[in-house]
Amino acid sequence: MIAEAGHYALVLALGLALIQSTVPLLGARWGDHALMNVARSTALAQLLFAAASFGLLTLLHVVSDFSVVNVFENSHSMKPLLYKITGVWGNHEGSMLLWVSILALFGGLVAAFGNNLPLSLRAHVLAVQGWIASAFYLFILMTSNPFLRIASPPIEGRDLNPVLQDIGLAVHPPMLYLGYVGFSISFSFAVAALIEGRIDAAWARWVRPWTLMAWIFLTLGIAMGSYWAYYELGWGGWWFWDPVENASLMPWLAGTALLHSAVVMEKRNALKVWTILLSILTFSLSLLGTFLVRSGVLTSVHAFATDPARGVFILLILCLFIGGSLLLYAWRASALKQGGLFAPISREGALVLNNLFLTSACATVFIGTLYPLALEVLTGDKISVGAPFFNLTFGPLFVPLMMAMPFAPLLAWKRGDLRGAAQRLMAAGILALIAIAVLGAWTWGGATLAPLAIGLAIFVIAGALTDLVERTALFRAPLATAMARARGLPRATWGTAFAHAGIGVALIGIVCETTWNSEYIGSMKPNDVATVAGYQLKLDGVTQRQGPNFREGIAQFTVTLDGKMLQVMTPSKRNFTTRGSSTTEAALLTRGASQLYVSLGDTNADGAIAVRIYHKPLVLLIWWGPVLMAFGGLLSLSDRRLRVGAPKPAKKPDKAARAMQPAE
Amino acid sequence: MTRKQRRLTMIGGSLAVLAIAAALVLNAMRDSIVFFSTPTMAAEKQMPPGKRFRLGGLVQPGSLVKGDNLAVHFSVADGSATLPVVYKGILPDLFREGQGVVAEGALDASGVFRADTVLAKHDETYMPKDVADALKKQGHWKDDYGAKPDIKSGAAASAAPTQGAAK
Repeated sequence: MIAEAGHYALVLALGLALIQSTVPLLGARWGDHALMNVARSTALAQLLFAAASFGLLTLLHVVSDFSVVNVFENSHSMKPLLYKITGVWGNHEGSMLLWVSILALFGGLVAAFGNNLPLSLRAHVLAVQGWIASAFYLFILMTSNPFLRIASPPIEGRDLNPVLQDIGLAVHPPMLYLGYVGFSISFSFAVAALIEGRIDAAWARWVRPWTLMAWIFLTLGIAMGSYWAYYELGWGGWWFWDPVENASLMPWLAGTALLHSAVVMEKRNALKVWTILLSILTFSLSLLGTFLVRSGVLTSVHAFATDPARGVFILLILCLFIGGSLLLYAWRASALKQGGLFAPISREGALVLNNLFLTSACATVFIGTLYPLALEVLTGDKISVGAPFFNLTFGPLFVPLMMAMPFAPLLAWKRGDLRGAAQRLMAAGILALIAIAVLGAWTWGGATLAPLAIGLAIFVIAGALTDLVERTALFRAPLATAMARARGLPRATWGTAFAHAGIGVALIGIVCETTWNSEYIGSMKPNDVATVAGYQLKLDGVTQRQGPNFREGIAQFTVTLDGKMLQVMTPSKRNFTTRGSSTTEAALLTRGASQLYVSLGDTNADGAIAVRIYHKPLVLLIWWGPVLMAFGGLLSLSDRRLRVGAPKPAKKPDKAARAMQPAE
Repeated sequence: MTRKQRRLTMIGGSLAVLAIAAALVLNAMRDSIVFFSTPTMAAEKQMPPGKRFRLGGLVQPGSLVKGDNLAVHFSVADGSATLPVVYKGILPDLFREGQGVVAEGALDASGVFRADTVLAKHDETYMPKDVADALKKQGHWKDDYGAKPDIKSGAAASAAPTQGAAK
């Protein structure tokens, strides 16, 4: 009964989405307010039914109703409750249902909080959301219905893929989807603007918070996925340039570019056509990501699904939305009026540069990800494009981007003073040079690029702080004045500084981890001692234990540093009986931002166990960086100037602060 | 600067960045792409020693020899040719004789494939996609390699992602 109710709710949601995608458009054409308002009520009702459908599927998983195929294939009555719930989106059908539920959520949010939008714009935006939603409801109902029953229900389920039974994976897909699907809002706004043939700074003020929110979730989602891969896959890698990872990186790069170009559009009413194109591209890349992961065209770490019918359907959705929106763009973009002149050296110019590098980097990732597929289709040759390709293309494009990054916030709108900015960045530059010199001397004869890269990272971090120092006049004015100014600074300024510094922090982590990582791989017997980076790990023994739905062999290591005992580490190897597969549970010992990482291999006949031990210096910075970036985004999102509908402040705080600064 | 000059600067700058990106991509395409081949294909192409490629096939039953200090020898077969492989490190969780495997590395002077990475990225049928396709093409595909479980197994075909890497 629950399954049928869920199925029925899904069908109703489809019906509502179909109404939502047509009636408001007619209303806008005829200027009929009642018809345009249909968008609002259908979007809210659609949210209700989509949420009900998702809730009912979750309920089926929680009560372990094995008469439903989806539950039978992905659940087990002995599975802990948390993984019963997360198992809902640990499979293809459930994750697609999550996808549309989030889409309905965003549509509902626009409907609920979009009261101050022009009525016809809201009608158009929600109609476009309705098209996307209809396509995905159809996809679920026709090819991946999670509510199908089995004629003769089995007693026990097949269990969820063991590598997915992990808290990291519990949160990773929803985060990622909140990011992917969040970009659908800016897409809908872009298409609505094209249909209406009208776009202005108010449009950008509306789009920016949504883009920012999606970007925050995507940033956290990617970081979380990377950390999950790091500790769950058992060999200490955190980014594989795997197509599925690239699929999430591409919308992130395009979305980051969009975030910056939307600023230009909001503040200066320039780059309109480009911003529209970026909105379309960002969501297209999100759709492409969904396609790559869900259609099974790739066999990769995350591809749970393989079914050609689904692939063709998603490909159709992809062609329809990407092709359609780009056609609309080609047809209507010229109707949008250009505005805002600016000199090449200006904040706008710097943001254009940012966009150029980000989109180029995104294009290289796109080529590296899709070229092997295209080549295989065309010539039958199988190639693999791995880390070396991306290191040679992505890396060099990010270096100039990061060098330019600290300059942008210091340049004025319209016409900037490059020399002035350079002077103000002098301290940051000197700091970076000192860091390069010290590190270079310390690691003389070792890696040459690493000190330079860390110098660059320090320049980025110090540059981000310089902006704050300049604006608060710290070191120049009395501390009390600086504090007062700091409080008066718009939160968006703080956000920029945090997000930019986050990039630098992540770069330090990446460089340290890849350059100064030390490892020990060997087989150990009880009482053997391995030494890695000064840490001594003594294997005390291996014990067997029975878990809720697995058996595990736990090895116990005593870790000592300079003769002082630190901690006991217990990596394990789990065997999941239902699926007959095993996972490696690495043990981590965190010291500051560095980690000691132990994972197990096979046990030999003579009782020796294969062991992999890594010392990864400053590895945690790789994920602290994105967290810092997301925090910056959050600060920026809470800026009252960005809050939609907030009345304009009497005087702009940043202008006031700038006016107070002494002339230089 | 006039409006036209500004626009030209913008366009010029954009083209320069795009040209750099294109040059980087082409350069990387030449150097860092690794081809996939089976033992038969490797023999046909007469792979020169030192050229990196991905070797895929089945682990020949009975060929796995574990030496000291995690050194491993095994042979990769595709039905018509076999190639001996040496590897040092921890084999992935799903590595087993008679099952599919993909190893990355290069041939040495004596014709032995020295792998630095052994991948076992595959679904619950224990068959990497590249290997399955190659075997099908060469006509050595047996249906039971890819035998699917009774119920349509679209969901959660577990791609147990394990990878042994030794530097």
